Amino acid sequence: MAISVDIEKRFKSFTLRIAFEAGNETLALLGASGCGKSMTLRCIAGVEKPDRGRIALDGAVVFDSEKKINVSPQERRVGLMFQHYALFPQMTVLQNVRCGARRSLKGEAQERAALDMLKAFGLEDLQDRLPAQLSGGQQQRAALARILVSDPRILMLDEPFSALDSHLRFRMEQEVRQVIRQFGKTVLLVSHNRDEVYRMADRVAILNNGQMETIGSRDQVFSDPGTRTGCVLTGCKNVSAIRVLDGSHVQALDWGIPLTLPLRPGTDALGIRMHAVKPGEGENSFRCRVAEVIENPFSITVMLHPLAAPENAVPIGWEMEKPVWRALQAEELTVHFPAESILQLKG
Amino acid sequence: MDLYPLWNSLRIAGISTGIIFFLGILSAYYIAKAPRWVKGVLDVVLTLPLVLPPTVVGFLLLRVLGPRRPIGAFFLEHFSVRLTMTWWSAIFATAVVIFPLMYRTCRGAFESFDETLAAAGKTLGLSGAYIFWHIRMPFCRAGILAGTVLSFARALGEYGATSMLAGYTPGRTATISTTVYQLWRTNDDGLAFRWVLVNVAISFVVLLAVNLVEKRQKRR
Repeated sequence: MAISVDIEKRFKSFTLRIAFEAGNETLALLGASGCGKSMTLRCIAGVEKPDRGRIALDGAVVFDSEKKINVSPQERRVGLMFQHYALFPQMTVLQNVRCGARRSLKGEAQERAALDMLKAFGLEDLQDRLPAQLSGGQQQRAALARILVSDPRILMLDEPFSALDSHLRFRMEQEVRQVIRQFGKTVLLVSHNRDEVYRMADRVAILNNGQMETIGSRDQVFSDPGTRTGCVLTGCKNVSAIRVLDGSHVQALDWGIPLTLPLRPGTDALGIRMHAVKPGEGENSFRCRVAEVIENPFSITVMLHPLAAPENAVPIGWEMEKPVWRALQAEELTVHFPAESILQLKG
Repeated sequence: MDLYPLWNSLRIAGISTGIIFFLGILSAYYIAKAPRWVKGVLDVVLTLPLVLPPTVVGFLLLRVLGPRRPIGAFFLEHFSVRLTMTWWSAIFATAVVIFPLMYRTCRGAFESFDETLAAAGKTLGLSGAYIFWHIRMPFCRAGILAGTVLSFARALGEYGATSMLAGYTPGRTATISTTVYQLWRTNDDGLAFRWVLVNVAISFVVLLAVNLVEKRQKRR
């Protein structure tokens, strides 16, 4: 295992408790802001100290509270790209990148390594600029160059695209994916954006309020997020608490309808993705009133209110392509919720 | 025109700025790191001289430094030194008045430093000393420089507390500001006006310097 982490750190409002291992892969920590995902990266980098636990990189222990080991961040060789890149504002791009080469190289070699790295990132013409004179994408490239020239054992990206304008995001995401491929070692990605995580990560961990709720392969986590937080973070907008009637019958309290499904023990909420709602009769079918039609750029979201549900029930969103809605278009219609596409959740 | 007041003003301002340079930076650096309530209390106390009338500062200083007051009496008795009515007495006055200016600008500079820059430096393997001299200090340098120049300018113009602590003795304790007042009082408007021009010229240069420093800071 290239990295193994098992740490705990107490804060006023919550306690961070994180444990995971990762090999040569991209592991995403997916969580809402303030859930402790950035703090986890800072603990691994050594700029924050956990209260207790253990961190090992490539088999070498860099933190162990019991054995009183706490290797300085300078010696951990961990590359951390901060959310706003943390380029040194008084230094030129070249000087910034050179800083990354200081640890392992001397004099001339530093300069050469920095220049090579700048070239690899297409920044050679901008080497004498100050960070403030670069565009967001160029700043991100410079930050990556500075980290990679320092030859890190693992690469950690803290919300890598959140500081970028949306039109730049997609392009930089492609570039970063390529950097990750060439890096070939462990990459930890922290994000609250499920699309980003889905496109970049091999495995996903869901964080909620300092706790790791779910960890698994990307497809596993997205198809069965397991918890309410995981469900919302992976983009499911319809969630309802339930009351269990018997082994396979539940009352969805927020939606105000009864549902039938092979219930797992311990389930106390259900989710259904907006595109998983199906038109027509079938299992769990309901006659619904169309409460609202929302037009998105490339799709239509229809808010449904089951006729059987009380007036104050939460409407269920159903998203479909525009032509599908154009063909259907009605004030009242029947939909069904296939049991296998209903997410069973805890918490 | 006897240039003694010019020379006296410059040396008083220079020496007090020199002292406050270190005191201001040190207190700013440590108070910026202090817990919030300590910061709140000290901040009020240390900023007080900025808002008090200089005559009140002078009055309070005379209360401790005067020949019959605790500190003044001690020095008079043990070292036969009188702390008031000498040219350097004005240094006490100006130092107290300009301290808040230096302290506040420096604290602003230290507090505006983005600690993630230091954290980033560490993860890249940079030593603590390198981070302090090449990242933290360049970031705060412009603020410190601006504070110093502003303090010097304010020291040069100090009148109220100075006149109470050092008085006005031509050729001994006279500064530009006390000289202007004395000349105006004795109806020597012509000479007073020349000193006014000297003072305006110096202040002009100093403020120009402040602006240049700030502009440089913005460009970075």
